[in-house]
Amino acid sequence: MLRFITFRLLQAIPVVFIVAAATFIMCRQIPGGPFDSEKPPPPEIKRQLESFYGLNKPLGQQTLDYLWSICPKKFMPHRLFLDANNDGRADFDLKAAFGSDFGPSFKSVRSVNETIADSFPVSFQLGAMALAIALLLGIPAGVAAALRPNSWVDYFASGISMLGVCVPTFVMGPILVLVFALNLRWFNASGWFDFKDQLLPSLTLGIAYAAYVARLTRGGMLEVLNQDFIRTARSKGASEGRVILKHALRGGLLPVISFLGPAAAGIITGSFVIETIFQVPGLGRHFVTSAFNRDYFLITGTVVFYAALVVLFNLAVDVVQVWLNPKLKFE
Amino acid sequence: MNTPAAPIPNAPFVPDTAFEEAEQGTSLWKDAWARLRKNKMAVFGAGTLVFMALFCLIGPFISPYTYDAQDLNQYAKPPSAQHWFGTDKLGRDQLTRIMYGGRISLAVGICATMVSLTIGVLWGAVAGYAGGKLDTVMMRIVDILYALPFTIFVILLMVFFGRNIILLFAAIGAVEWLTMARIVRGQVQSLRKMEFIEAAIALGLSRRRIILRHMIPNVLGPVMVYTTLTIPAVMLLEAFLSFLGLGVQPPMSSWGSMIKDGAEVMEGFWWMLILPGLFLSLTLFSLNFLGDGLRDALDPKASKD
Repeated sequence: MLRFITFRLLQAIPVVFIVAAATFIMCRQIPGGPFDSEKPPPPEIKRQLESFYGLNKPLGQQTLDYLWSICPKKFMPHRLFLDANNDGRADFDLKAAFGSDFGPSFKSVRSVNETIADSFPVSFQLGAMALAIALLLGIPAGVAAALRPNSWVDYFASGISMLGVCVPTFVMGPILVLVFALNLRWFNASGWFDFKDQLLPSLTLGIAYAAYVARLTRGGMLEVLNQDFIRTARSKGASEGRVILKHALRGGLLPVISFLGPAAAGIITGSFVIETIFQVPGLGRHFVTSAFNRDYFLITGTVVFYAALVVLFNLAVDVVQVWLNPKLKFE
Repeated sequence: MNTPAAPIPNAPFVPDTAFEEAEQGTSLWKDAWARLRKNKMAVFGAGTLVFMALFCLIGPFISPYTYDAQDLNQYAKPPSAQHWFGTDKLGRDQLTRIMYGGRISLAVGICATMVSLTIGVLWGAVAGYAGGKLDTVMMRIVDILYALPFTIFVILLMVFFGRNIILLFAAIGAVEWLTMARIVRGQVQSLRKMEFIEAAIALGLSRRRIILRHMIPNVLGPVMVYTTLTIPAVMLLEAFLSFLGLGVQPPMSSWGSMIKDGAEVMEGFWWMLILPGLFLSLTLFSLNFLGDGLRDALDPKASKD
């Protein structure tokens, strides 16, 4: 298994680098530059700024410099959780841990590393809560629907999950705010300080994914429940709860697991919509604002970070899948 | 008794096409159509879509208002006999704006899906048919693109090309073809190894006939199903871009931009958020039901139960 993981990680490195180079070159093609604001600086100052950031070199040279500076040069992941600046939480400093420097931001005094360190934990918390909601709502609903196919339970669960699939988050979010924050005043409409702020965004994001989880669980469970080993377990006198929890869920959750790989990366890096609607200071916002600001290093930094997470989650999913399904083998 | 039956004199020559007609009697498509008609939700979805299309295409000709006519005396009025869906904060008729927004959604749905269909089917078919090194390289490219966050890709394209509606179609189509390419490649690859294709080759059928009569109809099912599921994804992406202010530009209306405007003032003026949201959700709902129905109808093995 260790060989499998090492092999896959080695295979993933070129993918992340190609993504980095492609994004860097692509965002440099956008007309306009980071220093062309409403009140552009005098040409001499603009030239100075460009040479300070190295933007006056040939694009190929810049790309290679950038790739070298983000390239991991050491591997000390435990350093991510150190608290060197004593602010009471982990620094999440990619430079201290891997020696990767994502460069400066043109619009903010915080470097790209610092921006990621500031906003990723927020997005991660939002994502983790949303993921928990999605699994806690989706799996029981899917199992209940699969146990009594074509009953009212099934229709109800399927109907609700269809609603979750079809009502976009940017409609669901404002409606939840309207009902629970503005009218009932149970929760807060925006911010990110305590549970009252955090529940609505997590719920909005969670419901959208709960719907997919429920549909996939239902499909997977239906397939497994018809198989011989379930009949064997039942005929041996195993209780219904044991049959489901111990025997059926293991196979029935396989489709959910393979969906969770790409989904988890998306959830955890945060959805721009959720973070915009609820004013959550997460990573998702930077995707959009950095593109508007032509903040080249921030665009590329966030995209590379996202791509690396996708690759890691897909790997994790592959490992979990083999663990759940002994028929598969590590290749 | 023992003498073999003599050939019937003057028997009419049976052309090849007669077999084809006989075969069509129980074709995949007729079967699928029968199954689809039995699926109440799919029929409901199709009906809603037809209604929605007529509503958006014909509606603006009947409506006494235009999408950009501002009447500041009628500022932010709730639904009434005069303005069935109320007015927005510039006094524009919401019903008419929803109709125009629907046109944009439908146009994006169809055009962007066509772009993604063309790229995806060609890419997948070439990779699947060629196999070998070319296949590996082409699918690696798809893998790399999968690792890119789609939305940032579209946002970059939109910022890059300016906010042109034609380019909006192209940009969305250009990021939505990956799954299609994978599906087509998988199908083509597995079809090439199937016995009935071998049998067709053994029978000496021409390559063109094998591709047209045997390959294409078998790839068409999954492609059609996935196409119906791409349309809502594409519409959602357009609404999302317009929600961010990157898609359709004012004064033109789009469901996404109307939802954005509505969300800003929803505390006092619920109809500005709920009504466009309802239309978008209903359309996505219908398309998903139709897509599910088509999948069950065309591929009974993969059906949900």
